Amino acid sequence: MKEFDLLVILAVFQEMLGPLLWLLLAIIVLGTLAFVLLLIRERGVVSRRMVFSQTLSPLGGAFALILMAKVSSSGFTDAGGPVDWLLIALVFSLGLVGSGIILYTIGGWWSILRGNKPA
Amino acid sequence: MKCEHSNIRDELFHLPDNPRRAFLLAAAASALGAAGLKPGVANAAGSKVQTQAHIVIAGAGAAGLTAAAYLAKALDGAKITLIDARKEHFYQPGFTLVGAGIKPKEYVLSSTAEYLPRGVELIEARVAEFDPDGNKVVTDSGQSIAYDFLIVATGLKLEYGLIEGMEESLIGKEGIGSIYHSPAGAEATWQAMSAFADKGGRGVFLRPATEMKCAGAPLKYTFITEDYLQRRGQRGKAEVVYNSNNKALFSVPIVSEKVRMLFQERGIQINYERVLTAIDPGRRIATFKTPEGSEEQGYDFIHVIPPMRAPEAIRNSPLPWKTGQWVDEGWMEVDKGTLRHVRYPNVFGVGDIAGVAKGKTAASVKWQVPVAVDHLVAEIAGKQSDALYAGYTSCPLITRLGRAMLVEFDYQNNLTPSFPGVIAPLEELWISWVMKTMALKPTYISMLRGRA
Repeated sequence: MKEFDLLVILAVFQEMLGPLLWLLLAIIVLGTLAFVLLLIRERGVVSRRMVFSQTLSPLGGAFALILMAKVSSSGFTDAGGPVDWLLIALVFSLGLVGSGIILYTIGGWWSILRGNKPA
Repeated sequence: MKCEHSNIRDELFHLPDNPRRAFLLAAAASALGAAGLKPGVANAAGSKVQTQAHIVIAGAGAAGLTAAAYLAKALDGAKITLIDARKEHFYQPGFTLVGAGIKPKEYVLSSTAEYLPRGVELIEARVAEFDPDGNKVVTDSGQSIAYDFLIVATGLKLEYGLIEGMEESLIGKEGIGSIYHSPAGAEATWQAMSAFADKGGRGVFLRPATEMKCAGAPLKYTFITEDYLQRRGQRGKAEVVYNSNNKALFSVPIVSEKVRMLFQERGIQINYERVLTAIDPGRRIATFKTPEGSEEQGYDFIHVIPPMRAPEAIRNSPLPWKTGQWVDEGWMEVDKGTLRHVRYPNVFGVGDIAGVAKGKTAASVKWQVPVAVDHLVAEIAGKQSDALYAGYTSCPLITRLGRAMLVEFDYQNNLTPSFPGVIAPLEELWISWVMKTMALKPTYISMLRGRA
C-alpha cells in the first residue's frame, strides 16, 4: 500500500462522507469550471462583484468553522496549541475562499442568464 | 435517547444542530491520513498468490475481519472461513465517546456481514475447542473444521465475575458504570456518570491488574468525568480518585508522568497499587487490594473495569504462554515481531488475544494484521517475509472534552509520533480530538475493508 496513500485517504473520506463525497467533489469541480468559464467569458475579473463577494465571504469562513465544530463535537475554547490555530485558520480560509468564489460565480452567471450586462 | 445526547451536547458546546457534512474537513482528514495509515506490508507486489489452502479465522472482530480482507486480497483460490457467533460488530474505540455522551450507541453498532469480504465464508458459531496438534477447531455446535492455517482473533473476555459482588446487570445502576461492557453498557454508564456530574460526590476510577484493552481508556474516562463536574459547576462538591493497579499511570513512563502532572493540575487524587476485588452496590463501598491489606473506598460513582483474560477455549488449549507473566491470563504465545505462534508455525494470533506487550487496541490491529498475513502468504508462496511488527500502537488520550493527546508508542516505550514537530504527542490539542471524533472511525472501517 506504500504506493497508494492517496487511495487510502480517498477510502477514508468515502467512509466519512459516503455518497456526499462524490457530490462535494462534483460541486468543487463544476464550481471551479463555472468560475473559469465566467472569467473567460467576461475577459477578467469584475471588480464590483468581486468586492461584494469578498464582503460576504467571511460569513462563509465562519460557517465553515461552525460546521467543523459541530461535526467534531467541539466547542470554541478547545484550541490548545499552534497546530490548532493553524487548523482553525485553514478551515476558515477554505470557507472564506470557497464561498467567495461561489458567490462571485453565482452572481456572474445570474446576471448573464438574465441577460444583464456584466455588473 | 439520541435526542438527549444531542441536547446535552448542545448545552455543553452551545452549538446549533446540523447534519454531518463538509468538504471543509479536508484539513483534518488529510492529516489523519498518516495517523492510522502508515503503509502495510502485505501483498506489496499486487499480484495474487494461487493456493488451495484452507485458512480459518477464529473471531470476526476488528482483527478477524481485517485479516479476512487482507487474505482475500492477497490470495486466489484459498478457502477462507471466519467463525464468530456474534452478528453485531462493535466499533470499540468509540465506546469512550458513547460513555462521554458525545455519541449515541448507534455510533458504535454495525453488523459483521457489512464487512465480510467477497468469497469469505462466515460460520455463526463460537470456537469451543482449539486443536493445533490436529490442525482443527471445533465449534460449540460440534462442527469440526480442519485448516491449513489458523488465525486466532477471538479477542478477550471481560471477567466481571472475578470482582466479588459485581454483576453486568448493575452497569448504569447504583452509581456503577463500565464503558467497556458493550454499546448499551457504555450508554448506561453515561447516564450514571451524568447523574453524578449533576450532584457531585466521590468518583472512583481504576484499572485492573491484568493486561487490558486500551489502557488509556480508564484515564480518559477520569478526565472526562472531571471535566463534566467542572462544566456543571459541581467540581467543588466532588472528589475524583484514580486507583492505579501498580506504581504507574501508564505503561510508557513519559506518558505516565505527563498524566500525573495533568491529574495534579485537575486535582485528581492518585492511589497507587490498588486493585478492585469487591463491590457492595447497596452500601456503595468498593474494596481494593493494597500492599498493606484491603482498603474500603466509598463512592457515589465508580467506573468498574474488570480483569481481562483470554477466552476459556484458548486458556484450555495448548496455545497460551506456558511460563511467565501471562500464564494465568492465557494470552497466546506468539512471536512479538511476526505474531506467529512459537510452537505451531501455521497458527497466528492477532488483536487482543496476542500475548505481546502493549497494544490491545485497533491501532495495534492495523499494524499487526498486515505483518501476520504477510508471513502467512509468503509461506504459501514458498517465500520468506521480513515484515516485523515493532509494537506500534496509538491512543488519542482525551484529557478533556475537546482536547486529546495523540500518544503513539512501541514495544520499547519510544514515542513514535506520526506528525513529528506538528502534532506534539504530549500536548493537549484540539486537532487530536478532531481526529478522534471525526477521522478514526472512517479509518477503522477502511481498515476492516482492507483499504487502509
